[in-house]
Amino acid sequence: MQHSRKAALFSIIPGFGQFYNRQWAKGAIFVVLTMAYVLAFGDIINMGIWGLGTLGTELPRDNSVFLLAEGILALIVLAFGAVIYYFNIKDAYKNGKKRDENKPMFSFKDQYQAVVNEGYPYLVSGPALILLIFTVIFPILFSFALAFTNYDLYHSPPANLFDWVGLKTFAKIFTVDIWRSTFFDVLGWTIIWTLVATTLQVSIGIFLAVLVNQEDIKFKKTIRTLLVLPWAVPAFVTILIFAGMFNNSFGAINNDILAFFNVSPIPWMTDAIWTRVALITIQGWLGFPYIFVVTTGVLQSIPDDLYEASTLDGASVFQQFKNITLPLILTSMSPIIITQYTTNFNNFNIIYLFNGGGPAISGSTAGGTDILVSWIYKLTMQSSQYSLAAALTILLSVFVMGIALWQFRRTDSFKEVD
Amino acid sequence: MIQTKKQRFWRLLLSYGILILVILLIIYPLLWAIGASFNPGKSLVSTTMIPKNPTLAHYRELFAGKPSLQYAQWYRNSLKISIFTMLGSLISVSFTAYAFSRFRFKGRQTSLILFLLLQMIPQFSALVALFVLAQMLGMMNNHWLLILIYIGGQIPMNTYLMKGYMDTIPRELDESAQIDGASNTTIFLRIVLPLSKPMLAVVAMNGFTGPLGDFILSSTILRTPESYTLPIGLYNLVNQAQGASYTTFAAGSILISIPVAIVFLLLQKNFVSGLTTGGTKG
Repeated sequence: MQHSRKAALFSIIPGFGQFYNRQWAKGAIFVVLTMAYVLAFGDIINMGIWGLGTLGTELPRDNSVFLLAEGILALIVLAFGAVIYYFNIKDAYKNGKKRDENKPMFSFKDQYQAVVNEGYPYLVSGPALILLIFTVIFPILFSFALAFTNYDLYHSPPANLFDWVGLKTFAKIFTVDIWRSTFFDVLGWTIIWTLVATTLQVSIGIFLAVLVNQEDIKFKKTIRTLLVLPWAVPAFVTILIFAGMFNNSFGAINNDILAFFNVSPIPWMTDAIWTRVALITIQGWLGFPYIFVVTTGVLQSIPDDLYEASTLDGASVFQQFKNITLPLILTSMSPIIITQYTTNFNNFNIIYLFNGGGPAISGSTAGGTDILVSWIYKLTMQSSQYSLAAALTILLSVFVMGIALWQFRRTDSFKEVD
Repeated sequence: MIQTKKQRFWRLLLSYGILILVILLIIYPLLWAIGASFNPGKSLVSTTMIPKNPTLAHYRELFAGKPSLQYAQWYRNSLKISIFTMLGSLISVSFTAYAFSRFRFKGRQTSLILFLLLQMIPQFSALVALFVLAQMLGMMNNHWLLILIYIGGQIPMNTYLMKGYMDTIPRELDESAQIDGASNTTIFLRIVLPLSKPMLAVVAMNGFTGPLGDFILSSTILRTPESYTLPIGLYNLVNQAQGASYTTFAAGSILISIPVAIVFLLLQKNFVSGLTTGGTKG
């Protein structure tokens, strides 16, 4: 048998493949690492996997939520271990192969150098990636796992256990009438909200940038500063201010502005249609400065001779805008614009802070202006429908990712991921 | 552009007309909030933009030291969390972006695509998990846990932006430094980082304003009034079932908005070029 195969086979027990290759120091490091790993994580992994499988068997000893969390952490630790294990086998195989080919093996010093050099990117990005794993990936995995359980008000630790139920929750979303109709109502409004509000804020931003960028407009600096104000003030403050201004009974919109024009008060907060109108308007107000600023930057980078040439050809101002300015803006800004759409799709703050997703609809867990994220939030915090909320999170993620990937691909900006 | 004088006049008139209207629409709500903060009483029923009997009572109430209204404490908490999130974000993002921009290593491609996808799942859709995490670690009401969660949540998007920006910095610069014997870290600190200033400003701004705009993650982990941040505290002021006080909220909002807006406008120049270059490049 070749040395490479044998070494790889021996290294099933980490370190022994290296011993076989007579690389004593490295073998010892692998042995020590393995022992430390087993000693430190053995119990966690053992308990975690048991907990993950059963989600608890006995009350009050077991708490399904904690067992699930520990189980997922155990999986993450196992994945780390698997990576090291893989390196161990691969290393033994590689050095065995060198022996087969009668080449000199890497000395310990060479390998140390190689690890330091090749390891540099891992070393500097490692801490951030570990943080990412624990604060983002672990919570997402946990939340996805909940979708396959029956965790709700009636199966809620510590008084009760919950259990794996497979795809039942997903099936319910599409088969139970009240859930299905709520889901499609909310999804419909989420899509309308995303399209209308984002298109509005993007159009206002581009329009104003072009307007201010005209050569003969004076006080450009002051105007630009004033136009950026909605971005400069923290959004949660302005949304709550707007909530006050739109208030049916004491808000300034009804009492001052509409009264001034002799229009009777509008039920902004109690009629879903009017709340939607208000929300879209406010998002236009909040969202345009960002696009305005970026467009201004793009406009200033368009060479003047393009306009001069087209003027010679007799193009009107409007034709110039349509044929030169707009295409240039749209192509160079498409990644930003797409991001605006995905952001608004998940724009929880404005929906929740303005009117709590309301007005409430009787018999439904979602209010008249709830988008998917705010509905998910309510299901979690107000009606303890944890597994339903988790299943919806998965559907939402798949939906946004699918559309975003498709768009990024279409605009080619994805190719730059090199 | 060949235009008659008359056409030019109308075009300018229309442009200025639109701009004045837009500026009025922008300023009106802000002035209204300032007016509300000086109006006597709790509700907004009799609010006028220029109050007839202006009062500083709401500003005084913020600092009166009621157990349910610890404005100064919330202000300190918010500043602390924002500043440390900003610093942590700058450090972790710049190092990670450097690795992704300048090195070709195993798992790089996968990680980049993962970052892109992770941006699209809102972090707070995993509220239950973060709550459980805080309980398992015994870190409920702990600001440092919250700071770590914010930093972690900002890594994917900011790394992506920063990596895109660093890609535009010519590699020849690194290579010539390498020939002179500079180590990777020296190249990073001396060459790449200084040239990434506009994008660092963007990351700093995201890091600072992110926590100021969040009240979901914070209200999941911070449950005692002493540990609240401004968004939780101010939100509660408006939404208390008993004794909601809009005018006090307005006063509290103004004290945080004015400094943030001023810093924003001052730093604007620095991050605008970052957004324009990095953002449009993807």
